[in-house]
Amino acid sequence: MSHSASTPIKGVPFFTPGTLVLTAIAMAGMGLGIWRFVVGLEATTNLDDQFPWGLWIAVDVASGVALAAGGFTSAGLAHVLHRGRYHPVVRAALLTAMLGYTFVALGLLFDLGRYYNVWHPMIMWQGNSVLFEVGMCVMAYLTVLYLEFVPIVAERLRSPEPLPRLLQLVRKPAGAVVGLLDRIVGKIMWLLIILGIVLSSMHQSSLGSLMLIAPSKVHPLWFTPILPLLFLTSAVCVGFPMVIFESLLASRSFRLKAEMDVLSPLARLVPIVLALYLAMKGADMAIRESWRFLLPFDLPARMFLLEVLGGVALPLVLFLSDRVKRSQLGLFVASSLVVGGVVLNRVNVFLVAYTPPYAAESYFPSLAEFGVTAGLIALLVLVYRFAVMNLPVIPGHAVEEGGR
Amino acid sequence: MGVSRRGFLGILGGAMAGATLAGGRANAQPPSSTSADSFGCLVDLSLCVGCRKCEAACNKQNSLPQPDRPFDDMSVLDTFRRPDADKFTVVNRHLVGGAPAYAKVQCLHCLDPACVSACIVGALTKEPSGAVRYDASKCIGCRYCMVACPFQIPAYEYSEALTPRVRKCEFCFERQMEGKAPACVSACPKEAMAYGKREDLLLMARERIRSSAARQVTASTEGAADAASTPAGDAAAGNGAAPLPLLPYIYGEREAGGTSWLYVASHPFESLGLLRLPPEAPPRLTEAIQHGIFKNFVPPLGLATLLGMAMYTLRGRKEKEQ
Repeated sequence: MSHSASTPIKGVPFFTPGTLVLTAIAMAGMGLGIWRFVVGLEATTNLDDQFPWGLWIAVDVASGVALAAGGFTSAGLAHVLHRGRYHPVVRAALLTAMLGYTFVALGLLFDLGRYYNVWHPMIMWQGNSVLFEVGMCVMAYLTVLYLEFVPIVAERLRSPEPLPRLLQLVRKPAGAVVGLLDRIVGKIMWLLIILGIVLSSMHQSSLGSLMLIAPSKVHPLWFTPILPLLFLTSAVCVGFPMVIFESLLASRSFRLKAEMDVLSPLARLVPIVLALYLAMKGADMAIRESWRFLLPFDLPARMFLLEVLGGVALPLVLFLSDRVKRSQLGLFVASSLVVGGVVLNRVNVFLVAYTPPYAAESYFPSLAEFGVTAGLIALLVLVYRFAVMNLPVIPGHAVEEGGR
Repeated sequence: MGVSRRGFLGILGGAMAGATLAGGRANAQPPSSTSADSFGCLVDLSLCVGCRKCEAACNKQNSLPQPDRPFDDMSVLDTFRRPDADKFTVVNRHLVGGAPAYAKVQCLHCLDPACVSACIVGALTKEPSGAVRYDASKCIGCRYCMVACPFQIPAYEYSEALTPRVRKCEFCFERQMEGKAPACVSACPKEAMAYGKREDLLLMARERIRSSAARQVTASTEGAADAASTPAGDAAAGNGAAPLPLLPYIYGEREAGGTSWLYVASHPFESLGLLRLPPEAPPRLTEAIQHGIFKNFVPPLGLATLLGMAMYTLRGRKEKEQ
């Protein structure tokens, strides 16, 4: 699996006004997160006996997993279907997936009442539980992602360039360990890629099965036995738009030339899956006659329409246009709509659709819940920036052509 | 690309179809956790006078914190309450047609409990005795059981920073093992609750419904004079009319796949705060999908094989493109 040469991005400062703001958000968020561990969930969240799941599950966990789908979709495209031209974006997608899943696990810890027991599923198997399958698959996939990332670290350690001073001290032993691991991973990379796609298909769909255990509590606009299939399809939908979204943001932030020669062809594939997803949702609505629930035009109905029209139909139309696909702004807007649409879908399924029968009032996240979520996202962006500035992730040619 | 995408979806479609078929089969069989010998309770809401003695007994039995207002303070009944982390059972007063009617609520101990199926680590279990129990030492605190419960029963110790627990009625499992009825049942001065084998309780419920209908016929022919001597008569405080007959319906016989706790009442169950629920046990759908997708690991292995084949046969393509 040879990649076109990627290099660490040099000649840009880590701290800019933008990253300073992100650092502040991350620190505030982590402060609130630590506060949650000190005082507990009641004092920090708006969760209660009616609404046991809130923002952290819907956004940090469910949306986080969906948005990391760029990893398995681009790996499938480049390494299973051998579309060589997409190799330049695979490493960035892999990094996003790896960080995305790491932060999903981190975010989950804030939500778990007994976070220190998070490892229990590994020895206390409960095969009937959808959540058990999700948990095991996510843990396994996270391991696969870290292994898939080994060659990138090994490549960096092989290069003669000096490391940050502290790391330079352990370069020799680290290099030996990573080098050995790299040789093993190199032999089984094909297996890791297949495993990653299988594990992703399994848990992306199972995330959709989660709410099927509560048929009487989930609004009929979203409750359908094919929810797992819809979750998997929408994850595939958002994979490439997320890669495009990120690549454009990164090239803007690092003042590199946008990789339009890769992104435009990649964008051609998006409307195919989006159309399939829209057709599935439409057919499901028609068969279950759930369109009736749009008629009251209440909050669920409006949220459903916003999700399907704004997050699926509109970007579908945009992605079909050649002008959009050739324009950076067009691609960015269309991709953002898909990303927003999938996040909105997860929020809708886990929060808006959830209507407990005895609920006295509805749930709205607390400031601390928003703070922790924002902090995690900010931290993720910062770690991503640090990674691409120190590891060969972004293709080198873009730096040469685009340097200012 | 097209071939593979179709193949991929084909596998997935197959898995889903398999899951649906499996679901059909699973529905035909009684859930594995049901046992003919399991225990249950029959609550005759027409006998409940809202005295809250059951609440007090439950509180003592489970060493729950003392409430702000004592158990003999009936002003508590002015507001609608739900069981929570500090009270596993509550009695609510509902006004039905202007007259008060009382309903005790607690975990119904489903025959095929959604919480047990949902629990990621098996911290919740359905005992052969009928009790749905919770083992805090296994729990990771994900609260999926609370999402899953169709009766909205499990509560959580959100205020606990380090060792929060899921809290709910456990059917006085320790008392069960000693051959005793649950504390609330024993405490009821009106004998509104009966503890026994669920099969027997269903027979008892049918018999009560039948005899109450018969009594009603007698009462209407002989006049309302003897109504005051029946327990329900003085239950309907100041209401000198004949007690209403029990409705010909046993709540819990089928709801959410059936529950160990059963109710009979003389008012529509929905007017007493009991939910109208379909007869399917929620786990039948999710477990059918899960076990369909993992049927002998065929679908995941099939997908892996397909991907491997695509990866191998298309490997020449890269060189051509570059």
